[in-house]
Amino acid sequence: MLSALTGAVSQGILWGVMVLGLFVTYKMLDIADLTVDGSFALGGCVAAVASVSLGLDPLVAILLGMLAGVVAGLVTGLLHTVFDIPAILAGILTQIALWSVNLRVMGKSNTPLLNVDTVFTRISALTGLNQAASAMVVGLVVAAALVAAMYWFFGTEIGSALRATGNNEDMCRALGIDVRVTKLIALALSNGLVGLSGALICQSQKYADIGMGTGAIVIGLAAIVIGEVLGRLTPGKLQAFGSRLTSAVVGSVVYFLIRAIVLQMGLDANDMKLLSAVIVALALVVPTVVERQRQRRSYSKGGER
Amino acid sequence: MLRLTNVSKTFNKGTVNEKLALVGVDLHLEPGDFVTVIGGNGAGKSTLLNAIAGVFPPDSGVIQIDGADVSLLSEHQRARYLGRVFQDPMRGTAADMQIDENLALARRRGEGRGLSWGIGKAERAEYAERLASLDLGLEDRLSSKVGLLSGGQRQALTLLMATLKKPKLLLLDEHTAALDPKTAKKVLELTAQVVERDSLTTLMITHNMNDAIRLGSRLIMMHEGHVIYDVSGEEKRALKVHDLLLKFEEASGGELANDRMLLS
Repeated sequence: MLSALTGAVSQGILWGVMVLGLFVTYKMLDIADLTVDGSFALGGCVAAVASVSLGLDPLVAILLGMLAGVVAGLVTGLLHTVFDIPAILAGILTQIALWSVNLRVMGKSNTPLLNVDTVFTRISALTGLNQAASAMVVGLVVAAALVAAMYWFFGTEIGSALRATGNNEDMCRALGIDVRVTKLIALALSNGLVGLSGALICQSQKYADIGMGTGAIVIGLAAIVIGEVLGRLTPGKLQAFGSRLTSAVVGSVVYFLIRAIVLQMGLDANDMKLLSAVIVALALVVPTVVERQRQRRSYSKGGER
Repeated sequence: MLRLTNVSKTFNKGTVNEKLALVGVDLHLEPGDFVTVIGGNGAGKSTLLNAIAGVFPPDSGVIQIDGADVSLLSEHQRARYLGRVFQDPMRGTAADMQIDENLALARRRGEGRGLSWGIGKAERAEYAERLASLDLGLEDRLSSKVGLLSGGQRQALTLLMATLKKPKLLLLDEHTAALDPKTAKKVLELTAQVVERDSLTTLMITHNMNDAIRLGSRLIMMHEGHVIYDVSGEEKRALKVHDLLLKFEEASGGELANDRMLLS
């Protein structure tokens, strides 16, 4: 049980990198970017092929996975910004196309990483930690670096313009911000992080699979809403940008912990996607219903309290 | 400062909904001109402002700002010349961002945006000072989210944002129409103050004929896509609302001025 839980934590942190990517599009731009299912698998497939077939260094393989994600994001971005295809549809098109692309990249539906170095085996060899612990260390370092980098980036002029784009495009245009460019940057950045996460997961589980990204967006949304709820429950209501990013990663860890626990309790792994969907739906529904109830309860005919 | 030469725009060309919004409009603004624009609904006032702002390209004609031909530049490319305040107070500001962040975005209007920090160290003090001049108490709330402000406060902030970096031309599209009378008066006062202080070349659409006469150095009236009346100087100062209504009736062939104009 304990090993299942530590495994879940490290998995949650590595998937948390994907959640950070999704945070950019979903929370900053208010776009549910469906590309991520495809770009997550793409990152994994590219990283797998890079180290198995091309024999590249695991670190290079991960960077290639990330770059592939960036390209996928650019494709969705170009469809959306240059050709005015609605963001959801643009994401679906790229996602579907990536299924074939991923099969082409691997040449088959599954690539095991047998007898090749991964960043995790490297760290294990270096520190003497076991696989799960080194996955956690790598994940923590990467996630912390990314939260810091994103905190910096969204405070810069370009980053501010990007946040403004998600808020008010009319204002952006009036202030000389080309919203096509800011959206392209956001989608590329987001899917780059998703590809990075896919590559990390691929190396930690020691295989890439064509279906590894299926439902990634729902997992990501679940993690974001869990993180938000936890943030709201924390004393001091974590609203600052840095803590919102951190809670997204924490949300991911909690999601995988819940998952590990219910699987231990005997839930069929195939039902996990249903459970994820229910978690997201509940998280979106509950605040609305609570607010409606609160408004009804605070009504009084004569104004008495 | 602004020169429109024979600018035309037709919406839904070739359909039953065809609408001649601008018909061969010639308009020339000298630096420092403060022009109020009046006209009934559908007269082409907003189309005129949007054509200048680059919301859509004109069908024909040339639009020059400060000597540069901007006819085919997109909206964000023209932003370097223009300060804009919209009718809807929600459209001019980013609700989820702080007051100082909004101002910092406006400070960089039309400039390249890089990876330097979004708000410079010295900027906040300057913003506090400029906000204090609005006299709305916003100078103490620099890090409040703009979404927490009232419509009037947001509109005053938008006005400040539009003029923070001195524009070649200030475009005001009925920017007080969505505000209550008292707030509208306050925002108009601020507008007159800032236009006067920075001698801004300004184009202001209004439905209030008293404001159109009282404010600005020149007044134009539009009807069915044409500028039908253009008056400035002594003649403008002597204008009465009654004169404008007569003018409007004359132009529209005896039709009574539309209700919205009568009410104002």
